[in-house]
Amino acid sequence: MSDLFNEVTVFSVISLAAIGSVAAVVLFFVAQKFRVIEDPRIDVVEDLLPGANCGGCGLAGCRALAEAIVKKESLEGFSCPPGGSEVMQEIAEALGMEAGEQVPMIAVVRCNGSREFAPPKVRYEGAMTCAFAHSLFAGEGGCPYGCLGCGDCVRACDFEAMYMDEKTGLPVILDDKCVACQACVKECPRDIIEMRKKGKKDRRIFVSCINEEKGGVARKNCKVACIGCGKCVKECKFDAITLENNLAYIDYNKCTLCRKCPPVCPTNAIHELNFPPRKPKADKEKNQAGA
Amino acid sequence: MSLLTVSGSPHYHAGQSVSKIMYGVIFSLIPAMLVSFYFFGLAAILVTLTAVVSCMLFEFLIQKYLIRGPVTVFDGSAIITGILLAFNVPANLPLGLMVIGSAVAIGMGKMTFGGLGKNPFNPALVGRIFLLISFPVQMTTWPKPIPWNTSLTDVITGPTPLAVIKEGVDQGAKVSELLPQVPGYTELLVGSMGGSVGEVSAIALILGGVYMLARRIISWHIPVSFLASAAVFAAIFWQINPEAYADPLFHMLAGGMMLGAIYMATDYSTSPMAPRGMIIFGIGCGLLTMIIRLFGAYPEGVAFSILIMNAFVPLINRAFKPKRFGEEIKNG
Amino acid sequence: MKTFAIGGVHPPENKLAEKQAIEALPLPRTVAIPLSQHLGAPAVPVVAKGDKVQTGQLIAKGEAFISANIHASVSGSVAKIDSIIDASGYRKKAVIINVEGDEWVEGIDRDETLIKDISMDAEEIIKRIHDHGIVGLGGATFPSHVKLKVPKGKTAEYLIINGVECEPCLTSDHRLMLEKGEELMVGISIQMKALGVDKAIIGVENNKPDAISHLKKLSSSWDGISVEALEVKYPQGAEKQLIKAVIGREVPSGKLPIEVGCVVHNVGTAFAVYEAVQKNKPLIERVVTVSGSSLKKPSNWMVRIGTPVQELIDAAGGLPEDTGKVVNGGPMMGKALNDLNAPVAKGTSGILLFTNAETPRPPLQNCMRCAKCLTVCPMGLEPYLLAILADKQRPDDCEEERIMDCMECGSCHYICPSGRPLLDQVRVGKNMTGKMIRERSN
Repeated sequence: MSDLFNEVTVFSVISLAAIGSVAAVVLFFVAQKFRVIEDPRIDVVEDLLPGANCGGCGLAGCRALAEAIVKKESLEGFSCPPGGSEVMQEIAEALGMEAGEQVPMIAVVRCNGSREFAPPKVRYEGAMTCAFAHSLFAGEGGCPYGCLGCGDCVRACDFEAMYMDEKTGLPVILDDKCVACQACVKECPRDIIEMRKKGKKDRRIFVSCINEEKGGVARKNCKVACIGCGKCVKECKFDAITLENNLAYIDYNKCTLCRKCPPVCPTNAIHELNFPPRKPKADKEKNQAGA
Repeated sequence: MSLLTVSGSPHYHAGQSVSKIMYGVIFSLIPAMLVSFYFFGLAAILVTLTAVVSCMLFEFLIQKYLIRGPVTVFDGSAIITGILLAFNVPANLPLGLMVIGSAVAIGMGKMTFGGLGKNPFNPALVGRIFLLISFPVQMTTWPKPIPWNTSLTDVITGPTPLAVIKEGVDQGAKVSELLPQVPGYTELLVGSMGGSVGEVSAIALILGGVYMLARRIISWHIPVSFLASAAVFAAIFWQINPEAYADPLFHMLAGGMMLGAIYMATDYSTSPMAPRGMIIFGIGCGLLTMIIRLFGAYPEGVAFSILIMNAFVPLINRAFKPKRFGEEIKNG
Repeated sequence: MKTFAIGGVHPPENKLAEKQAIEALPLPRTVAIPLSQHLGAPAVPVVAKGDKVQTGQLIAKGEAFISANIHASVSGSVAKIDSIIDASGYRKKAVIINVEGDEWVEGIDRDETLIKDISMDAEEIIKRIHDHGIVGLGGATFPSHVKLKVPKGKTAEYLIINGVECEPCLTSDHRLMLEKGEELMVGISIQMKALGVDKAIIGVENNKPDAISHLKKLSSSWDGISVEALEVKYPQGAEKQLIKAVIGREVPSGKLPIEVGCVVHNVGTAFAVYEAVQKNKPLIERVVTVSGSSLKKPSNWMVRIGTPVQELIDAAGGLPEDTGKVVNGGPMMGKALNDLNAPVAKGTSGILLFTNAETPRPPLQNCMRCAKCLTVCPMGLEPYLLAILADKQRPDDCEEERIMDCMECGSCHYICPSGRPLLDQVRVGKNMTGKMIRERSN
């Protein structure tokens, strides 16, 4: 026992305790002096956010979004793509604000000029970045609007929600992984990727082409180009389709997903996603209409 | 006819490649290699072979099974690392240690950072320093040079000229008393001295350096500024007290000065990019080498000084840009 | 021997068509004359579909400050004004003319006799050059009349004539200097008069000794014109490098040659100026080199603007089976063609055919930081660093590293042992940085 309370032990305990208390007192005053006064609500909001720091809101991360929301005292203009409206609703409740309606969005590749439909006319060799290929030439398929297939968008995606389809040479977006952060939209030098409403049960109808050339020219390079014939415009009962510069565009806010336009497109440029297969009856009707 | 190719300009290429440059360096190392085989015999050959084979093996294993990327073992860079590592150890080093050194050089020195061109420190020197610190006895037992040496055992060991001077001066002897104990200038130049496998023959290394300069594999900036600054530094102290400090010519020829200045410091990825930066780097290496040699604990400082300067390369690259066109004429 | 100071490379010269005299290419059946053949705003067409045009008639007007007029290079009827794939690989507007005979506009002197006396004053000369759509024929196609107007507060001391032709393979300027030496001298004198300078120096690389001795002989009888033989080094034909080589002055970063009292024109431009001023002939044809290692007849042709490249290749012996790439311009700075029906434009100095074996780029390897790109860069830049910064999308750092000084000579990519597409990446960075600078100034 006496060993335990020898001089060394006692002195160590006493001196360490003394240093500890002095340091504690100093730290206390320093902390008081240099305290950063921060709105506690920022932490509350940050805890509610998913914490992915994806930048989908357009800010530097979840903390930045929380600061911005608290600073503005309103949720207007802010959105959290991965969290969706649920998270915004929770934040609204926590802060006693009102959350605006947030429509889930998703990125959509509006080009179907695969190697099959737009066969290569030349071979590209060089840096595998769309940014350079775009400045060099129209593209292997010859379409100056179409996808260059170097995969800048895939590299920009932080959520592994995109991959390049080796066979078609086009990027593919995975519905369940895309958080609508718009990184790919910003990256694409040709503005092919668009944010569209995710739609009920992920169903979407869109024109998979952004070529503004005259029909004949566009068709020469690509079998599935929109040729600006206007058939879909006539078919649409809801004024959702507009035709401008030889190109049809479906307004996703007006589209009711009635599935009338895809069958009338002569080049199959209008795509419908995640719909059940068409009944043979519909085909029959289409044939009759055609005849 | 096949499809036309579209690519950005230029459409010509000089036809240089990584492996051509690397094999050029290997070719330039042949004279030094032959001299070391002549003086240290079979032992030197075995050490060099072990280092080269194990460096290539470790690079292959790491690229194939750890990184799972392209395997570029035959581009020559691992061979150079192996040769230079072998050049930096005594010829009688146990071969097991050589394998460990190679593993450290390739694994820690090179592949950890992403392989060729991404390593901040010279891999061969990383391996050497690791061995020197971990196995100081084996790494400082130097065989004596014997022409046409064919025996593997019965090595006569002896100190390097630098160690003779250093220890002698530390014990209070005068340089003029110690000089007769070390080889003369001609022997130093040819390589008949105790030391690491490849560092002994200054003339063979200079020959290789001239070849690399002629083929534009290296530029003159680093070797010249390295040697010149070291010589000037040595000359100043020699002038102050010739009895306490050896003359500059001795410092140039003894130890790993030539090997370091011509081969180790000029390693592409661990030296600065711009000519001005290269000169700063060379001067830093030269001064540090001499400071370690004259005042440090080790008799030799080339390896340490190069590694220290390697750490400064990013800063040097930032501070010393190449001379821009149209820079001097500033308007307004 | 004089040359520029920093960087430079020595690509193989391959001047196969050196000894081939310039021949006139037969008229094609249709021509497509692009409306944007020059640096600056596209010209605005003044003819419509169905109009009859004569050779030399104005068909499009360059209305913007930096723009150039465009003239019909053949006579016939305008088939349409439509977009065609031009040498850039993109669709651009062009006037397509079906050729019917070869009727020239009245007033164009088609006689070969040399007219030495310059009757016009400076202002008239510049107006004539403007009207006749002369642009720099070295490749940059900058409208010449803009260059000849010295801005206020600046004085021109030297006119430097670029006869360097540092690009491998090309021989069009070389042939022009040999065959049209007298006309060149008159053209240079006209430009000197327009600029108000009394010294003109023709820079020629010493791989063309015949041209140097020929021009030296001629220039002795012309006041103020001298010939400077230069050491062979690429890219000596670049404006700033040429000035440095000839008179030793360095144009400051981001400034024009006039800053150091120089104006640089190509020999082809000087010849076009002669024809415009003395013969009243607009820029409707130019010398084009067709070359390639497997081409039957590497040669030099006087080609009407708008002629499809295919016709030119046919005249030189047809497209070889093993062609892998067709380049418009020199091998160092030229652009690969997407389509052989692309028309010859004012800036087309050569059409080069690469075989399948010559086409592929070397395999891509890790950058080993050998600093070769940095030592060959004639502007003293760090291409390896610019490529990294461009890849990381940092335009502000690119600007600090002076990416906008890059003139895309391609020396860095040419020398790179690791086969890295340095220039491709630097171009991306330049676009990015240029965009940032434009946005900032707005």
